[in-house]
Amino acid sequence: MIKLNANHILYLVEATEWTVLLSLMAFAGGSVVGLVLALLRVSKVRVLRGLASGYIQVIQGTPLLIVLFLSYFGLGILGYKLDPLVAAGLSFTVYAGAFLGEIWRGCIEAVPRTQWEASDCLGLSRFQQYAYVILPQAVRIAIPPTVGFMVQIVKNTSLASVIGFVELARAGQIVNNSTFEPFAIFTVVAALYFALCYPLSLAARALERKAHVGR
Amino acid sequence: MHYQLDFSFLAERWPDFVAGAWLTVQLTVVSIALGLAVGTICALVRVYGTAFPRRVVGLYVELIRNTPLLIQIFIVYFGLSSLGLKLSAEVSAVIALVVNMGAYTTEIMRAGIQSIQRTQLEAADCLGLTRLQTILHVVLLPAMERVYPALSSQFVLLMLASSITSTISAEELTATANLVQSDTYRSFEVYIVVALVYLALSALYRLAFWLIGLLLFARKRKLGTAL
Repeated sequence: MIKLNANHILYLVEATEWTVLLSLMAFAGGSVVGLVLALLRVSKVRVLRGLASGYIQVIQGTPLLIVLFLSYFGLGILGYKLDPLVAAGLSFTVYAGAFLGEIWRGCIEAVPRTQWEASDCLGLSRFQQYAYVILPQAVRIAIPPTVGFMVQIVKNTSLASVIGFVELARAGQIVNNSTFEPFAIFTVVAALYFALCYPLSLAARALERKAHVGR
Repeated sequence: MHYQLDFSFLAERWPDFVAGAWLTVQLTVVSIALGLAVGTICALVRVYGTAFPRRVVGLYVELIRNTPLLIQIFIVYFGLSSLGLKLSAEVSAVIALVVNMGAYTTEIMRAGIQSIQRTQLEAADCLGLTRLQTILHVVLLPAMERVYPALSSQFVLLMLASSITSTISAEELTATANLVQSDTYRSFEVYIVVALVYLALSALYRLAFWLIGLLLFARKRKLGTAL
């Protein structure tokens, strides 16, 4: 049996890079989907609102693990054999999009009605209203909860280990298979996740405090 | 490539799915009840406790909320067994879910408890309520009423997260799906079925929490007003 040594720890740290990459992919993809969903949710067209809301309901009512299985094993059977990285990136995009969409809808709706009315009076088009009046203000409201949700994304990337993608959680399992010291290894893995997530949590809290100044 | 969807495995295997869903419900109901208890006590400590217990609870909340549930489950199941404490997959799953749920509930309940104004406590004192009565009727119930929407969505999220316990072979819904798909090779259909079951379960949970809310918060029902 191999003793747990510095090389194992180094391996875990390297795997952390994949966790970070996966998180960034999820956040980038989720932002695009989320922005579209948030705008659809506040659209004037009822069908679009319904579609976006249906998507969010379905994704928020299904475990992320099942979404992962569907895209990895499911699409594989249908003939689209996806690489674990692609399958994971796709699933996290679908998942993060639904949650970010709902968070950002709240932020857009939190912009006071009077801003809409004022920009209406100025004769701005719908696009101009969004681009120059509403979204810039919504972004400021959205930053703290978005940073908070990034913590969820980082933690949930651990599920990619289940479809065999070697990120931090999977690397922990691999090291464990050779050293059989699960308590020590998974504590180290947890510590590495903590090192990624805690600064984000602190930042979210600080930003929140800043956003509430003067309220 | 042409692919024909085939749900015929359902005719034979539907009892497996029912059994899996039932275990998911059992696991989550127990975890929610215990997690709520842990979270409520921790929240009380966090708001009214002395400095040291408050620190400990704060540390617990931060540690749990900043690490993935998957790793927490691994530590409980593989970690504790390597230290000599052998637990079954189901028991480990419940422990991990309770510890996880407790941390999130602490934060939610803390927000609720902090929203109870001092004057309410002073009024309770004046009426001669005992400390326990004050905590139960003046602090906890109204606090819970205020944060009830957040609590119930956290409960639904826990139900969905319980799918992660399939990784330590707790035979709940997701593990059942993995088993059936490895027997039938109908993975796409199997996971679609299971996704639908989870959707139905989360709708069911939301309905149940809404009904429980109606029962629990009679004042709201009578007056029809928010706090």
